[in-house]
Amino acid sequence: MSDVFLLDGEQVPFTVGQTVMAAARAAGRYIPHLCWHPEFQPHGSCRLCTVKADGHFAAACTLAARPGMTVDNRTAELDDQRRTLLQMLFVEGNHFCPSCEKSGACKLQATAYELKMMTPHFDHFFPDRAVDASHPDLLLDFNRCILCELCVRASRDADGKNVFAITGRGIKSHLIVNSPSGRLADTAMSLADRAASVCPVGVILAKGRGFVIPIGERRYDRQQIGAAEEQ
Amino acid sequence: MQAQSASQQAEIVANILQRQRRDPARLVQVLREIDEVLGELTPEVLAMVGEQLKRPFAEVAGVAGFYHFLELEQRARYRIFWSDNIIEQMQGSTELREEMCRLLWIEPGRASEDGLVKVGLTSCIGMGDQGPALLVNGRTVTRMTRARVAAMVELIRGGALVGNWPEEWFAVADNIRRRDILLGRSYKAGAAIAAALARGPAAMLGEIQSARLRGRGGAGFSTAQKWQACRDAPGDVRYVVCNADEGEPGTFKDRVLLSAYADLVFEGMCIAGLCIGARQGLLYLRGEYRYLLEALEANLARRRAAGLLGRDILGAAGYDFDIEIHLGAGAYVCGEESALLESLAGKRGVPRNRPPFPVTHGYLDCPTAVNNAETLAAACLIAENGGVCYAAIGTEMSTGSKLLSVSGDCARPGIYEYPFGVTVAQVLADAGANDTQAVQVSGPSGVCVAPEEFGRRLAFEDLPSAGAFMVFGASRDMFEVARNFAHFFAHESCGFCTPCRVGTALVKNLMDKINAGHGSPADINELFKLQRLMESTAHCGLGHSACNPVADTLKKFRPAYQRRLHSTEFEPAFDLDYALSQARQMTGRDDAGAHLANES
Ligand SMILES: Cc1cc2nc3c(=O)[nH]c(=O)nc-3n(C[C@H](O)[C@H](O)[C@H](O)COP(=O)(O)O)c2cc1C
Ligand code: SF4
Ligand code: SF4
Repeated sequence: MSDVFLLDGEQVPFTVGQTVMAAARAAGRYIPHLCWHPEFQPHGSCRLCTVKADGHFAAACTLAARPGMTVDNRTAELDDQRRTLLQMLFVEGNHFCPSCEKSGACKLQATAYELKMMTPHFDHFFPDRAVDASHPDLLLDFNRCILCELCVRASRDADGKNVFAITGRGIKSHLIVNSPSGRLADTAMSLADRAASVCPVGVILAKGRGFVIPIGERRYDRQQIGAAEEQ
Repeated sequence: MQAQSASQQAEIVANILQRQRRDPARLVQVLREIDEVLGELTPEVLAMVGEQLKRPFAEVAGVAGFYHFLELEQRARYRIFWSDNIIEQMQGSTELREEMCRLLWIEPGRASEDGLVKVGLTSCIGMGDQGPALLVNGRTVTRMTRARVAAMVELIRGGALVGNWPEEWFAVADNIRRRDILLGRSYKAGAAIAAALARGPAAMLGEIQSARLRGRGGAGFSTAQKWQACRDAPGDVRYVVCNADEGEPGTFKDRVLLSAYADLVFEGMCIAGLCIGARQGLLYLRGEYRYLLEALEANLARRRAAGLLGRDILGAAGYDFDIEIHLGAGAYVCGEESALLESLAGKRGVPRNRPPFPVTHGYLDCPTAVNNAETLAAACLIAENGGVCYAAIGTEMSTGSKLLSVSGDCARPGIYEYPFGVTVAQVLADAGANDTQAVQVSGPSGVCVAPEEFGRRLAFEDLPSAGAFMVFGASRDMFEVARNFAHFFAHESCGFCTPCRVGTALVKNLMDKINAGHGSPADINELFKLQRLMESTAHCGLGHSACNPVADTLKKFRPAYQRRLHSTEFEPAFDLDYALSQARQMTGRDDAGAHLANES
C-alpha cells in the first residue's frame, strides 16, 4: 500500500522521502511555483508554493510528505499570498511583457494570469540593470531576473560549468557570470548548455531566434499554466 | 594600506592563502584578511583567490558581495562605519556623523575623490552601553563626541595610522552592573572541565538534562536534547560551534562574556565536545568584534600550553579538543545557525532548508552542536555544581540566570545578570530608568513592551529574550524606533526568498513615506498585510520577525503613526502631486500650474 496525503481534500500518493511538490506533480496536480524544477534540487526561494500542511505554512517544494497529512493548496488565503509574492517579483525587476521575447512562454507571466493578478499594486523599484549582449549566441536581460537560481543550479549540476552565481544581499541581490570581466562571452557558456534553456522568465535568450512561435500560440497562450502542468 | 603594485598584491594574497592552508572552506577568512590588508577586493584579486582555492570566480565574487565589510567598489584608506543602532541615534550619532562628513567634505557612504576616507553606516556594533560608536578600519571606537570627531578628522587629514590614534578612543568597558550565579562565581582554570571529566560524558549530559538548560541564543531549545541528538547522529567527526555572532541590535552580553569570561565560554565548548564526542570546536565571532581577536587567540594559546586544550586534555587519554576562531564580516543573518554554518564553510550566509538539522548535518555536513556563547558558559556551572542545583534557580520553565544587555534611557546601561523570571519593572528600577515609555525586549526581532506590561517576566514562558533590553523614555518617538528597525531588516535580509527580500524593502519604503508625511491609512493596512505575508511565507526567522517592531508599535503606539499621516481619510497610496515633485525640481518650476490637486 503506498502512502497518501490529502491535497485540497484529494488523495495524493507518495513514496518515502518525496516532497509534497514532487508527489503532487507526479499525480498531475498543480501547486504554483517558479523556482522549482523537476530536474533540479529544490531551492525554496520563490515561496510561491507555500501551502498549509496540518495548519502550518511550509514550502511544498522542500516539505517531505507524511502519511495522512492534510495540505491546503489553492485556498483563497494562499492564492492571495501568492498574488502578493508575484506582485513583489514584478515590481522588483523591470518587466515589460509586450516587448519580451518570452511573453506567452514565461512562467512568471503565466502564473500571474493563473492567479488573476490584475495590477502590480506596489510602487516599482525600477532597478538599474544592464543587458549583456557580449555572447555570440545568447543574450542576458537581467531586468527580468527573479533570482530563482535555476540557471545557477543547471550550470553547476547539469553542465558542470558554474557559469552563474548570485552576489549582493537583500534587495541588491543580483545574478553574475563567471568571469572577472563580468561578460558572458568570457565564460564557458554555450547555447547547448542546459542553463541556456532553463530560465523560467526572459533573461537568458537565444540570439537571432525572435518570434519563431508567434505570440498568441505560445505554450501558456494556448493553455493556462495550471492546466498545462496538470498532466 | 597604500596602493600596491600587482606583484605586491599577488604576494600578499599568496601569503594569506598559505596561512589559511588553501582551504576552500576558509574563503570568508581569506577574503576578510585580504580586505583588511589591501583595503579592497578587486576582480583580479577575487580571480586569483578562486584559482588558488579551485572555486569558480563567480562563486568567490558571490561570497564577497554578501558581506557588508568586504569592499568591492570604492577603496578608501580610512573606512569608517558608524553604528546605526536607534540607541546610538538617541545619543546623537546622526548629528556627529553628519558633522564628520561636513568636516571631511564628503558625501555619506561615498569615498572621497582622493580615496582617503569613506564614512558610512552599519548595523548595531554591540556598543549601545557606550555609544555613539564606530568602526574605523575594523577597529572599534566608543563614546564619540564632537571633540573626538574633530580630532579624528584632523588625524585622517594628516594620514596618521589608526594604530597611532589615542589609545583611550579604543577602550571598551565591560560595564557589568549586576552579577549572579554565572558572573559572580570565582573562576579556576580547568575546574569545570575537570568536573565534567570526573562525571564522564553520559553523566555530564545527564546533568545538563536535569539542569533543564535552554539555549540563550533566543529560541530556548533544550541543550541536553540537542547534545544528545548530536551524540547519537551517525558519523565519525563531530563539531561544537559557539555562536558569537551577536547581531541582534542592542545585544552585547556575548561581547562581555568574551572579553571578561572567555575561559568560561572555551571550557563550555570543551564540555560540549566531551558530551557529544567532538574533537574540534569553532567559535564564530562577529566581524564587529574583531578587536577581541588577539586576546582570544592568546587565551587559546595559554590554554593549549596549560593542557586545557589540544591532546589528552588534563591528562585524560583520548580527550582531544581544540578551538578555532572564525570571524564574520558584517551579516546579521549569519547568527541564524544554518546560515552561520554556511558562512563557516566559506559560503554566502543563506539559511539552509531544514531538515536535515545541524545536529545531523552541520559544519561540512557532519553532526554539529551550535550553541550561543552564554549557553556554553552556563554548562560550566552545571559541570561544577550539578544540574539539580542549577535548576533550583530561575523559574520552572526557564532555569538558571540570564544576561541582559541594558541600553538606552537609563542611568546605568550595561550588563545585568538575573535569575530568570525577573520583571521588566525590576530591571528598569535597577538600571535607573524613569518615566519609561517602552522597552524593546530581545531587539528588533523581539517584543516591544508598553508600561502596562512592565510586570511581565523575562522568561521563555512570558517574555523570551536573547539578551537585548532597550529602554525608551517618555520623550522618544516610537515611530522612529520602528523605522530604524525596518531599515535594519532591509539592510540585513539575505535576499534569498521573495517575501523577505522584497518585503523588507517595501516596509522600509512605506515607513520612509509615512515619515515624509505622505502616508495614509492605506499604507498602515499595507504594513499589516506585509507582516502577515512575511510571517507565513519567509524562509527563515529573520523574515518571520522582520515586521514585528512595526506591527507592535502600530498596535501599542498608534498615535506616533497617526500624527504623521498625510490624511487620516482612507486614501490610495499614490500621491499624484508628490509624484510630480521630481519633475518640478528638474524644471525649476513651483507655480500653481506645476501642481496637481489631490482629489479627496
Ligand atoms: C536571524 C537570526 C539571527 C540569529 N542570531 C543569533 C546570534 O547572533 N547569536 C545566537 O546565539 N543565536 C542567534 N540566532 C539563533 C540561532 O539560530 C540558534 O538558535 C542558536 O545559536 C542556538 O544556540 P542556543 O541553543 O544555545 O541558543 C539567530 C536566529 C535567527 C533566525
Ligand atoms: S536568469 Fe533566469 S534562471 Fe537565472 S536566476 Fe534569473 S530568473 Fe532564474
Ligand atoms: S527570510 Fe530573509 S534572511 Fe531569511 S532566507 Fe528569506 S531573505 Fe534570507
